[in-house]
Amino acid sequence: MPFIYALPGAVAEGLIWGLMGIGVYLSFKILDIADMTVDGSIVTGACICAVLLANGFPIWLSVVAAFIAGACAGFVAGLLHTAFGIPSILAGILTQLMLYSVNLSILGGKSLVAINPRTNNLLVHMSNNPRSIIVMGIFVAATIIMLWLFFYTEIGLTIKSTGDNPHMSRAQGVNVKLNQVLGLAISNGIVALAGAMLAQYKGSANINDGRGAIVIGLAAIFIGLSVSLRIKPNFVVSMIGVVGGGIVYYIVYNFVILLGLKTEFLKMLSAIIVAVFLAVPYLKKEHFTKQRNLRSNKTKIRIGGEKNA
Amino acid sequence: MLKITNLQKTFNPGTVNEKTALYGLDLHLKDGDFATVIGGNGAGKSTMLNAIAGVWKPDFGTIEIDGVDVTQMPEYRRAKFLGRVFQDPMQGTAPDMEIAENLAIAARRGTKRRFVWGVRKEERIRYRELLATLELGLEDRLSGKVGLLSGGQRQAVTLLMATLHRPKLLLLDEHTAALDPKTAAKVLEITDQIVHKNKLTTLMITHNMKEAIAHGNRLIMMHGGRIVVDVSGDEKKNLTIEQLLNLFTQASDGAVDDRMVLS
Repeated sequence: MPFIYALPGAVAEGLIWGLMGIGVYLSFKILDIADMTVDGSIVTGACICAVLLANGFPIWLSVVAAFIAGACAGFVAGLLHTAFGIPSILAGILTQLMLYSVNLSILGGKSLVAINPRTNNLLVHMSNNPRSIIVMGIFVAATIIMLWLFFYTEIGLTIKSTGDNPHMSRAQGVNVKLNQVLGLAISNGIVALAGAMLAQYKGSANINDGRGAIVIGLAAIFIGLSVSLRIKPNFVVSMIGVVGGGIVYYIVYNFVILLGLKTEFLKMLSAIIVAVFLAVPYLKKEHFTKQRNLRSNKTKIRIGGEKNA
Repeated sequence: MLKITNLQKTFNPGTVNEKTALYGLDLHLKDGDFATVIGGNGAGKSTMLNAIAGVWKPDFGTIEIDGVDVTQMPEYRRAKFLGRVFQDPMQGTAPDMEIAENLAIAARRGTKRRFVWGVRKEERIRYRELLATLELGLEDRLSGKVGLLSGGQRQAVTLLMATLHRPKLLLLDEHTAALDPKTAAKVLEITDQIVHKNKLTTLMITHNMKEAIAHGNRLIMMHGGRIVVDVSGDEKKNLTIEQLLNLFTQASDGAVDDRMVLS
């Protein structure tokens, strides 16, 4: 029974990480860049939101500011990659490290800033899971619809083609570098937005909240796509899959805690989930080809034998 | 239409892998010229095309397209003058996107992309008609992913993309080399059709001497990073493979490429 009680919380938190997964999907799947910036930008979103709330700013402003701050972080990572030729993965790691300092200074040198749910009219909070689920559902749906429309525009199409085939894009007059910067900005904006929601939900912004965030985002993507690609391989279904993946991830997460897994092993669990999802397609391919070769060898031998007999 | 003056490019300068790929190249194409380019491996054919397309900047020399000096212009910006088809069928199209989306991106080459619908309804009708002219059965697959097409179909779509927005210069980099003979012939036929219909200025690299003679009004032979033979008009029309081989042997001191002889 305790598992049932934990379920609404898992769904609410899963929706928040699902929103974060959408951001990671943009960089990882659409731009084809493994962007490590998100580990920092999710915390930036949380910090901005918490500090602005603590200073009496309205909730909507705090959330929008978080999005803009995240977009700026993505812009910096994109600039390091495109203008200075730093490999994308390293550009992300460098930006992430920069953000650690930025985040600490936003928090005023403290490692944690609490948000008081009584004095602030929060959009989501763990004390009210039904409301949190509805609000997050609206946020996620709005994000998916906006992105869906965006990727049908002239600019959106070229961002898709930039990740799909940069060669072709350049030959068709697409400014690939600009698109990568733009895509990373949008991606990190969404991630920071998820960070702002996470801070509200948990009632605090913690400097260490972002550690391994990209892994959770990727886990949501892999879990989601493993189902949604079988249903229909289009953008909206994939997005719903990613959000669903986030929810499944948090349900599993809560389940293993209840089973008695020590919390220090949770990061290990996230990493293993992602490693398995990355390894399975590879092993399948390897295994499959090996078996086929083996079989064709056997058939040859058998045919030869019969002929000789 | 195209004016290349004293173009030079050395790769990996100062290392053991130093290679001068273009060695003071001069080339002038008139409006409507359809030039075929032949030459052995490492003659500088693809390097020349990449220099025109702006894949990298030359060490010195200038490139002018239709009177505009494009030497320092980035690749994506000079794309508005050019239509390009590559040797690798995978390179010219975005596989995870629809045929119509690929065409729509190409149709806006050289214009500023805006926040408006990326593929309009009337465009789809036009694309459908254009795809029908290819006679590859693609007109009913506008919403299909390009990645599901065969190599030949992809090259045909790339050709269409390259010429949708009329280019000042069409660059074909051995665009049939990766295809089987039958498909290659079909793609070449489509190429001829499109070039003649739109009266396009074209540079076509080929490894096949017969093709080089059969297509276009001008034939260019490269060796060691420059142009060693340049024939046009009747002289080109009456060329035989034997004459061409002789010309090549003279120009390259006997270093004939196996691939060229065999084809």
